[in-house]
Order: sequence, then structure tokens, then C-alpha cells
Amino acid sequence: MNHDPSKTSHYIGNQYYADLVQNYSDWQGDDNEISDPILRESCRRFLEKEARLLESDRHDDWLGLYAPECLYWVPASVGGGDPRKEVAVAFDDRRRLEDRVFRLQNEYAWSQQPISRTVRLVSNVTVFACDEPSIVMVRSNFLITEFQAGDKRSYTGWSGHRLQDRDESWQILVKQVNLIDCDQNLRNPSIIL
Amino acid sequence: MPDFNHLIQEDRVHRDLYTDENIFKEEMRKIFGAVWVYLAHESQIPENDDYIMSKLGLRPIIVTRDSGGTLRALYNRCTHRGATVCRKEQGSTKAFACPYHGWTFLNSGKLSGVPWPEGYADDFSDAKFNLAQVPRVQSYRGFIFGTLNLDAPSLEDYLGPARTPVDQWLDRHPGGKVAISNANRLKFSGNWKLAYDNSADGYHVIFSHRSLLAMENRLLTEDEKGMAFYKDKPDEAPMYVQYFGNGHHFKDKRPNIENRPGALWEIEGPHPGMEGYEEDLRARLGDKADRVLDIASSEPVNINIFPNLLILGNHIQVLQPVSMTETDTTWYGTAVIDEDNELEGAVDDVNAIRMRTQEGFPNFGEVDDLMNFEQIQEGLAAEEDEWVYMHRGLGVEGRITTDENGVITGPATDEVFMREYMKEYKRLMLSEPELKIEREVT
Ligand code: FES
Ligand SMILES: [Fe+2]
Repeated sequence: MNHDPSKTSHYIGNQYYADLVQNYSDWQGDDNEISDPILRESCRRFLEKEARLLESDRHDDWLGLYAPECLYWVPASVGGGDPRKEVAVAFDDRRRLEDRVFRLQNEYAWSQQPISRTVRLVSNVTVFACDEPSIVMVRSNFLITEFQAGDKRSYTGWSGHRLQDRDESWQILVKQVNLIDCDQNLRNPSIIL
Repeated sequence: MPDFNHLIQEDRVHRDLYTDENIFKEEMRKIFGAVWVYLAHESQIPENDDYIMSKLGLRPIIVTRDSGGTLRALYNRCTHRGATVCRKEQGSTKAFACPYHGWTFLNSGKLSGVPWPEGYADDFSDAKFNLAQVPRVQSYRGFIFGTLNLDAPSLEDYLGPARTPVDQWLDRHPGGKVAISNANRLKFSGNWKLAYDNSADGYHVIFSHRSLLAMENRLLTEDEKGMAFYKDKPDEAPMYVQYFGNGHHFKDKRPNIENRPGALWEIEGPHPGMEGYEEDLRARLGDKADRVLDIASSEPVNINIFPNLLILGNHIQVLQPVSMTETDTTWYGTAVIDEDNELEGAVDDVNAIRMRTQEGFPNFGEVDDLMNFEQIQEGLAAEEDEWVYMHRGLGVEGRITTDENGVITGPATDEVFMREYMKEYKRLMLSEPELKIEREVT
């Protein structure tokens, strides 16, 4: 049966979790690094575009960068942990990601009144090969400065994007966001990282 | 000394309770020292020699299960010159060696050695060199509490009638227990009591959580998921709030839900993986699937154990004051453990759903409350505007009842629980408790 992942959540299951944990362990070996500058530039541009869309609150366009069956994952433990057995800061499948965007666009989401302004630096982009030829894993560092209601604060860490080759560009299968303080108490973590 | 009889009145409390540094300091003694304070959960230190860091008010504490199996709350403070002896959040060890000059303490708190003892004239078997520890530490069904007050009632008496919902909350799980499974960790720039005031507040729900309610029901034609039962006239719904004494209160939303297997699962909002797992479990377990899915669902209760333990949904939420205007609120997730296979092999699936159901509220609900708490703190900067009202329901004929055990019950949006806990708060702040540490290791 075909399910619309925006409406029901069927793809997150035991197989998905097992593959996810597997795909996100030991993927940054030196031997796996792809040095091709054209590929790296293409990934870098894609990540910068993602950051730009978020900076300008173009959340619907941002969602368009994600595959129908996607994941936005912010672990609450260093190294990611096992999402089957522990809660994460965020673990959003397609529907929940659309929920998140819906809420951010809702004028009654008080945690985002006023809406945060953000500036996002993305750097140290490194591309890694994985078992599947049409997929790459990309590590990048980020520094997000958030300004809201007179207060300026920052989020920093690194992301691991799992990107699928699609028509000369990329589609995000999984974005794992590793905050350096993922296991600490966070103040109003309501923006998308 | 502030005049608490003036600051806490029948219908309102003074802004000083949330803004006065001296009051905060007193609270760390008279409340977070003199009553039973939640410290940790036994599932975080399951084996002998396990430990986890905690706080008793602002005092740095190491909760240990010592080598003999005794639960202890040691001061994380070297008796030599005061350095913390433990700097790792949690782990397993028989002894803590102070990084500064190497004094070493067993996980019972006993000093086991100092470098070059011949340089001292002392007898190090004197208990005064052992780590200080909280003299009374006790667990209630896995919840570990401690107090410095030798005159405090027993933990069971302290919990009093609040034990009933705690027992029910635990007993809906196989084996009557849960295990901590990481946490959604949040903080806000506001006084800790803003969170405690809110914890049984049924009045704020459809306003503060308006975006969540809209989100949970956005794919439906009518609001029926999550907290939809707060709409229209919540005071006429069967849910209620209760005050149990000793500062504990309770909001029970269970009566809103039909008492049959599967009813809880039906009102769960959308969560990652839920339809796929549900289909699998129904195919595998048949009729039994409803009960199993209910365990993956959020339990509609708020059980608030004064001053810092809030059991709600499937969460164990802990309030940790950091300063007068800073509070950590940590939402520990809980997992099901099924030693006797009551769930017929479904426990891992249940936990995989349950982790996702637990991420919903901290992400899409609590952040809005925390913003409101911060904005209360902002508003209370207005010095001449002195009072905070908690008088909803006061003086309204027939709204509130008191039973033979002194348990007070009111409709869902009533603020009676706030007024009552504030009376207890006043009593505590007017008292002069004697706080004691222990060094003798028994
Ligand atoms: S402060 Fe601990 S050994 Fe000196
Ligand atoms: Fe709330």
C-alpha cells in the first residue's frame, strides 16, 4: 500500500531505526572522504542554501529540500544515542516536520512571538561516501546566532546530512544536528536548527 | 525577615515571592533543605557503585548506591578545601578521588586516604573528615528523595494521599515500574515557582497551548486529539484538580477519557511511526494490542510533588532552581521494562513509539509555557504593581469540596491548588527548621 508520509507515518519502524543507527555510526573514516572539489562545492552550496532559507523564514521552501520520507534529528546525547530507547531533542519524520513548520507559522506559537532572527554560518564541509552510490554523507560545522526579544544567543555544533542525488542537486534524507550542548538544558529551543 | 503573612494572602501573593533575592535564599534552606526533595530515580543507578550527580537546592550532591547497596546523597564537596570530588555526570566507582590534592573517599562518603598522612598530626578516622551527607535519603518505588530535616515526617507520610496517583501511574506499566530514558532538557529565565504554579493549572491550557492544539488537529476536520477536551467548558468536564496537603497537587484528566482499552491511544496526536507500529501490533497481538498501545500513549495526569517533582504524561519532570530568576526544567523520558513479558514481545515497539510521543509536548507545548513564565518575570519588574492573583474559584458557591482526609477537589480550571500550596509555602517560610548533615558512616 502507498502511504502519504505527510498524512500517516508508516516508514518509521524497526527497519528504519536499525538502518539509521547503522548509517550514523562510523561514517567519517578518512578512507571514505571524497576529495572531488566539484562534488564538495555542490554540497556546500546546497547546505548554504538550506541555511539561507531558514534565515529568511522560507520554511515551506526549506521543507522542499527534504525527501518525502525524511528525518530531522537532534539527539539529546553525544554520539546520537539510540532513538528507539531514548528521547531526543527532536526526532521529526515528514509529518512532524510539517507540524513543526505549521506551528512556527501559527501566530499563537508564543515561543516564537516575536519571531527569532537568525544568521547561520556553515563551514568545514566534508563529503563522505557510503555504501549506496547515489547517496553521500556530509559533515559540516554550524554556528547559529539567534536574536529574539532583546536577547542574543547561539547554537553551535555539527550536522551530518545524508543526501540523495536528485536532478543535478540534492535531496535531504536525514539531517542529524549535533549540538555541542545537546545534553544540557536549552533555553527556548524552538527554531529549526 | 519578610512578612510572609502580608506577602501571602487568601486570594493573592506578592511579587516579592518571585523577585526578592533574600526570599530565594531562604527557600533554599526552608524548602529545598527542610522538606523531602526529589534527587534522582533508582533506574539511573541500578547497580551497586553506580552514582549520578544531583542538587539539593543549590548544594551539589552525588547520589550513590554504595558498595553495600545503600542509597546515599553525598555532598560533592571535598572536606579538605572544598573542591568537588566528582565531575562526571554519572558513572560507576567505588571511590571518589579529589582532583585537587588527592584525598579519596569511598562511595559511602568515608575518607579512605590522604596523600602523605605523616604530614598531619590528625587521626583521619575522625568522622569530621568524611564527606558530608544528607542524613535522610529514601526511595518511594524508585523515586529517591532526601532531606536535611530530622523532624520531617516519614517520606510516606510526606507524600500522603499523593501516593495513590503515583502508585496508579507506576502500576499501569508491566512490573509497576519505569526506567529513565534520557531527557528533554529546558530552562527558562524565571523563578522556579512559576513552573510549580502552572503544574496543575487547567486555566492556561487552551490559551498558552493554542498553537499545539491547532497543530495536533490540523489534519482533522474536528478537534479531537490531545488536549481537545479543554475546549468549550473545561469546568463542566469530568476532569478535576486536587490538593493533597504538604504542597502536593494533582490534575486528573483521566475521567475525560472512556475507561476501555485503546481509548488513550485514540486521542494521541500524530507521532512518528505510530500508524506503522499500530498496524504491526494489531496484526500480531489482536485484541491485546489496545492495551499495549495505551502504554505507549501519554497518561493524562499531572502529579505534582512539592517542591520539584512533576509526574505528567509519561514524563518525570524535575524543577531545579538555578537562581532567583533561572530555572532548569528537565523532562526525563521513561521507558517500559517488561521482565515478565506481559506485553508478549512488544516492549521494544512500545518504547519506540513512546519515545516519540514523549518528544511532542516539550517541543511544541512546553516552550510556549516557558515563554509565558519568562514574560511573567518581565511583567513582575513593575514594582508598584504588587499582587499576583490566584483567586479563581474562591468564594464561588459549590465549586470546591473537601473530603474526610482533607483532600480538596475543584473543577479543572480552579486555582484552589495554588492557594492551598501557597498556604503550605507560607507555613514553611515562617518555620525555623533545623538542618543537619551527617558524617558518621553507618
Ligand atoms: S580540596 Fe580536595 S584534596 Fe584538597
Ligand atoms: Fe502548560
